[in-house]
Amino acid sequence: MFDTLTGRLNAVFKKLRSRGKLHPKQVEAALADMRTALLEADVAVEVAEDLLERVRTRALSEEVMRSLTPAQQVVKVVRDELTATMGGTQAAFTLPSARPAVVMVAGVQGSGKTTACAKLARMVKEKGKHPLLVAADLQRPAAIEQLVTLGREIGVPVVSDGRDPVKVARSALKQAGREGLDVVIVDTAGRLHVDDEMMREARRVKEALRPHHVLMACDAMTGQDAVVQARAFMREVDTTGFVLTKIDGDARGGAALSITAVTGRPVFFVGTGEKLSDLEPFYPDRMASRILGMGDVLSLIDRAQEAMDQDRAREAAERMLKAQFTLEDFLVQMREMRKLGPIEELLAMLPGVPGGRSALKELAGGVDQAQLTRAEAIICSMTPEERRNPAIIGGSRRLRIARGSGTTTADVNALLKEFEAARKMMRTMMAGRGGRRPPRLPGMPTIPGTG
Amino acid sequence: MGVDIVVLVLGVVLVIAVAAYAIRVRPRRAAGVEEAGREEPARARPGPEGLGARVRALFAGGAPGDAEWAGLEELLVRADVGPATATRIVKEVRERFAPGDDPRALIAEELVAILGRDHGLELPSDRLAVILVVGVNGSGKTTTIGKLAARLAAEGRTVSLAGGDTFRAAASEQLEVWAARAGAHLVAQERGADPAAVAFDAVTSAIARGVDVLIVDTAGRLHTRTPLMDELRKVRRVLEKAGGRPDEVLLVLDATTGQNGIAQAAAFAEAVEVTGVALTKLDGTAKGGIVLAVRERLGVPVKLIGTGEGIGDLETFDPHAFAERILGG
Repeated sequence: MFDTLTGRLNAVFKKLRSRGKLHPKQVEAALADMRTALLEADVAVEVAEDLLERVRTRALSEEVMRSLTPAQQVVKVVRDELTATMGGTQAAFTLPSARPAVVMVAGVQGSGKTTACAKLARMVKEKGKHPLLVAADLQRPAAIEQLVTLGREIGVPVVSDGRDPVKVARSALKQAGREGLDVVIVDTAGRLHVDDEMMREARRVKEALRPHHVLMACDAMTGQDAVVQARAFMREVDTTGFVLTKIDGDARGGAALSITAVTGRPVFFVGTGEKLSDLEPFYPDRMASRILGMGDVLSLIDRAQEAMDQDRAREAAERMLKAQFTLEDFLVQMREMRKLGPIEELLAMLPGVPGGRSALKELAGGVDQAQLTRAEAIICSMTPEERRNPAIIGGSRRLRIARGSGTTTADVNALLKEFEAARKMMRTMMAGRGGRRPPRLPGMPTIPGTG
Repeated sequence: MGVDIVVLVLGVVLVIAVAAYAIRVRPRRAAGVEEAGREEPARARPGPEGLGARVRALFAGGAPGDAEWAGLEELLVRADVGPATATRIVKEVRERFAPGDDPRALIAEELVAILGRDHGLELPSDRLAVILVVGVNGSGKTTTIGKLAARLAAEGRTVSLAGGDTFRAAASEQLEVWAARAGAHLVAQERGADPAAVAFDAVTSAIARGVDVLIVDTAGRLHTRTPLMDELRKVRRVLEKAGGRPDEVLLVLDATTGQNGIAQAAAFAEAVEVTGVALTKLDGTAKGGIVLAVRERLGVPVKLIGTGEGIGDLETFDPHAFAERILGG
């Protein structure tokens, strides 16, 4: 649906192109499309409508109306508004130098509080601080054991001393003071915002802790209820910000927009996986692209910079851009890429192509991790000479390679053929560009900050 | 050999390379810029509460017009039915509408028609019945299993639980507490064990003990994680091999889930043949309207609903009550 947003807007605006100027009617049609798109992304109805109201004003401005590419302009306006609503720039999570700094984590059941607490403790510890985890969830069976286990994994002490969350909180503060620990992170029980008694308890815990931050964990897959929850927690415990969890799925994450719009508080972190190191800063501009189905190339690059062997990858990429790459380079690229994570996840971060689903994503339907492994095995069974110059691979070499990699000669053939086709395609793409500027891919979003 | 691996890899790498190039050429916006011009929070609007009443009031005045129908559509969207399904439902009802009809009743009828008649669990009584429980992280699998075990036990069946969540810290401890509450027997292994092995042991032991129902818990997993979905397929396969072919595969779906619920249901249905949905956390303000799209597109019915953390807070799904709740506002 979102993949086609720009495409559909293009269609809406096409008619007007002949008349040379954008008609307000067309803007209305575009806004209706945009509304559906935002609702499909789980943006709350009221937030979507407020946003579109602001977009309407800007979209009817001369600048957009006279633009040669009104569809892109309108999408850009929407994305700007989305980004601004989510705080514009990345909100820094700062802790006071007070000893101890106290962070309370709250949220509904299953939103990922306990995991978020452990991830946060790990992050704080990495920065050289001495955190203390506090298990104040006395409701769910084995919640304390869960936090204790996670604490052990990251080498952070966990306490839960008392039969009442308020007592647990007070005693933890005392212990942190005694032992000179500088950051106290308190996990609380999941509670539904309509449960008055539990919400009052959250308030009492907060009053006992006097936390510097009250983070609400919010599941990125949440629908229209996100605003109701966010408002209720805001009212009761004065949330200072959010942790958006489970963002590694394929939800558009409109909840991120909804909760920041109705509370005016930022999302500080996103949970990107099940490992305790999977906590990343939140970037409003990237989230805006994601909500609009424009991919999340920037996060992908961040990950690439962390995981990939920069020099090798760049070298191979440069040769690739000059269409001089060999199977050897391909092997390097494939291995570097696999370090980034499962292929499906990488593809989910890539932008869609206007007018249809991303071509790459469609390919992914036919490709899985096992096939990549097989391709790797085939190339590994070749001699360096064969990798550089596949033309020399004749019948007997082919048979040897197939045997060596546990595949068939047909598999080897298919890979070679495909490789040649890809190389040709590259050459065509690079033709006329002098091989110096990278080609512009269809659907590549404008990189924020580049204009 | 699969298609276009080369193109795929090159494409991914190319996109990264191009984007990295663009960033190198023009330095990224300076970090730590003051948050000037921060938007004010959206002004408060009437929440979904009372919307049902407003819609009723709108219709009280006679023949409904565009605004009234749009109000009904918004009601459905606010219940997470999704814009596409909401638009279609309202359009169909509007076409059927005759003066004098109650539009709200017509919509309720339509919702019930989509959801189908009551679907209870279908468990055999002459042999071991097996229920496999799956879902994303935090949807409420373990709690649902605890409540279901208690309910089956109250019906006079002997119940055994398999602690197939060997990933999350203290998952089997959590299940152990529920097993004790429900009076069920628990088969579990240490954390990190192969969930398929736990499933195998559990079936073998359930058959040996002559247990009536075995409920298999699994670790929460995002439906986009291929290796984890493969692991789930394996659990199902192993259950079948061990002589415990699942009679029910319940997808536990959080009622607060938005449109992503469709993708979740589709992925789990494809992997392990989901037979029904257990819709949890309906005691909040979320309406769980996503199950309409799930039912429509995948044909998977809702079987159970969770309405609280208490051991008795599990009910058989009632489409009429559900439709009323969605339209009730």
